[in-house]
Amino acid sequence: MVGLIDLVQTLTTPHPLDRYLELVNPGLTARELRAEITHVSHAVPGSVTLTLRASRQWRGHAAGQYVQIGVSINGVRHTRCYSPIDPESRGERYLQLTVKAHPGGLVSNYLHANAKPGMVVDLAPASGVFHLPERRPDKVLLISGGSGITPVLSMLRTLDAEGYTGQVTFLHYARQPEMVPHRAELSSIAQRRANFRIEYRYPVEPGTVIDGETSTGSGFFDYDELERAAPWFADAQTFVCGPPPLMRAVHTIFEAEGLQDRVLSEEFTLTTVPADPSEATGTVTFSGSDVAADNTGATLLEQAEASGLTPEYGCRMGICFSCTATKVSGCTRNVRTGELDADPDKPIQICINAPVGDVDIAL
Amino acid sequence: MTILTEGKDGPVILSPDQVEELGAALDALRARVVDDLGERDRDYIYNIIKTQRGFEIAGRGLMYLGFLPPFWLAGVAALGVSKILDNMEIGHNVMHGQYDWMRERGINSREFDWDTVCPADQWKHSHNYMHHTYTNIVDMDRDIGYGILRIDEAQKWNPYYLGNPLYAFLLMTFFEWGVMLHDLEADNIIKGKRKWSDIKPLLKGQGKKAGKQVLKDYVMFPALTGPLFLSTLAGNAAANLVRNVWTYSIIFCGHFPSGVQTFSKEETEVETRGEWYVRQMLGSANINGSRLFHIMSGNLSHQIEHHLFPDIPANRYPEIAPEVKALAEKYGLPYNTGRFSKQIGSVWAKIFQLSVPDRFVKRAPKPGVIVMRNRKATEVGV
Repeated sequence: MVGLIDLVQTLTTPHPLDRYLELVNPGLTARELRAEITHVSHAVPGSVTLTLRASRQWRGHAAGQYVQIGVSINGVRHTRCYSPIDPESRGERYLQLTVKAHPGGLVSNYLHANAKPGMVVDLAPASGVFHLPERRPDKVLLISGGSGITPVLSMLRTLDAEGYTGQVTFLHYARQPEMVPHRAELSSIAQRRANFRIEYRYPVEPGTVIDGETSTGSGFFDYDELERAAPWFADAQTFVCGPPPLMRAVHTIFEAEGLQDRVLSEEFTLTTVPADPSEATGTVTFSGSDVAADNTGATLLEQAEASGLTPEYGCRMGICFSCTATKVSGCTRNVRTGELDADPDKPIQICINAPVGDVDIAL
Repeated sequence: MTILTEGKDGPVILSPDQVEELGAALDALRARVVDDLGERDRDYIYNIIKTQRGFEIAGRGLMYLGFLPPFWLAGVAALGVSKILDNMEIGHNVMHGQYDWMRERGINSREFDWDTVCPADQWKHSHNYMHHTYTNIVDMDRDIGYGILRIDEAQKWNPYYLGNPLYAFLLMTFFEWGVMLHDLEADNIIKGKRKWSDIKPLLKGQGKKAGKQVLKDYVMFPALTGPLFLSTLAGNAAANLVRNVWTYSIIFCGHFPSGVQTFSKEETEVETRGEWYVRQMLGSANINGSRLFHIMSGNLSHQIEHHLFPDIPANRYPEIAPEVKALAEKYGLPYNTGRFSKQIGSVWAKIFQLSVPDRFVKRAPKPGVIVMRNRKATEVGV
């Protein structure tokens, strides 16, 4: 197959074969991975669940990993990362995504309003290290908040599908019960499997009754909550995904217990402090566009956009590599780790790197 | 920029304030177009691509009937149109970054390559960078004469230029190869200004790209038509020739018709944004024509608009041209345009005239523009 594609591409040179095929049918590709939306469900208010049928290049996902989806909105292709919520699989060409329409979220609102069966989207292979290990742990603790439910839902469903016999606790934080996606599915798992404990928290004042359910504890994650939900947590592998306060609370407790190696987390928002603009020095040069501007201390992506450029980007938090560009010269600081890098001619992710002094980026 | 030559009605004088006003007006025009980019522009470029691919497939298919002359000719025409669209309205414009805002895999200046022997990266250096930055500055813009021709009076005559018309004819015939070799700066190699190490990677890139193009057009597609090998080979060569003659002609109309000005390094040393715009306007020329003509010329028939805004999608040039023209009129600047026959005629006339020493040719006075660069009137002698 690959040899044949190469042969045909000698005839279509210099254009890749996909540049011809996509004009006939965007879902038909030789090399590029794409997916067709086959089913759209608006079961949960404010979010949409999409079933996608990937093209034959799809290699499946490990439970907890994310994929990138690309859609064209007003002429511009935007990509975002979402975690498939279905059990991990290697042979299946279908995957499911639940996308919450965030206020001001361009792609999520677009998908919420416009996704229809038959629509073709770009898809990137699943990636990310936030996933269940090949050898399943004896005990698993899953903690999520808000739209952070998606990767852990895939983990939970995977363990269910495999007939996992260890202990599982799934603790999910939401604003209201009706904001929890796939509740019916979760209930059915909880009913079928005695070793799966599934609990929801709606952080409000203790004792408040919502929808017949009484909130317990403080409503927020803390040590007592952890002890109650998974007293065996020290022997477990913990996965957490959600808003920054939840992640911080989990990490603080696990670090205090000396268990930071047993918890794996995935951030869905970038929480970084840009350098003090008054301390930023030098000039940022975008040599591909013949543009230069004073360094403001913000990330290179933000500075490029402030200069009127429109570089590609996806997650804007350093995971998807859509924004990778070549740093020709200068020193950059990784805003997540603080790490400095002064190597010339090196590909860097411009969404999480800020210039330190003069920097030249080939954009 | 200071004084050039005086026109019939005396020179046009622009004050520094006027130059900056004009610059601000053009910046505002640009901002308005950029803000408005969207679905419409995306649809436009994809339609052109679909049309081009259609002509390409038709052209390749018709070669199977190449034993019948009308079909052979139709095949050459279809493939010629395909290559012209690919090189001009698609390739040239995409590689200028005009569609980078779409963030599309297949249509961006980083990845796109065109159906010609010149590798995209080398062309982007010699064209986007050298030519568009130093437009019409003698000894800086290598498009002035391409290191082969005498196309401007400021280039000193020597006996080599007696062959000017012949060189121009050969350049036209083998234009894609000329474009490929452009970034090598052959004249600078002869003068010893470039080292082997400078050109080695360029040659490697050219060999790779040209090899694939030759394999496709002169080996594989002819072979696929079996007994019609030679007929298809000739057809593909003819299509490449059609494209070469057409692109050469359109491109030479962009900067070399009479009335277009060139500049010296000294007068353009430190330019303001407004002065840069004025240079681009004075150094470029348009061609009048129908919508189809503009598309087939990659909208380089709107060379003035292209040089002012090289990264704005080309389908916008016809829309903004009236505004640019009105601004030129407002400030008394020439807006060089004419029908194709007039522009290309004046290009060839220039090629012939400049082949002989200046004293043999009587030249009409050129319109002049004085751009005052600071408030000291004495600088330009007025």
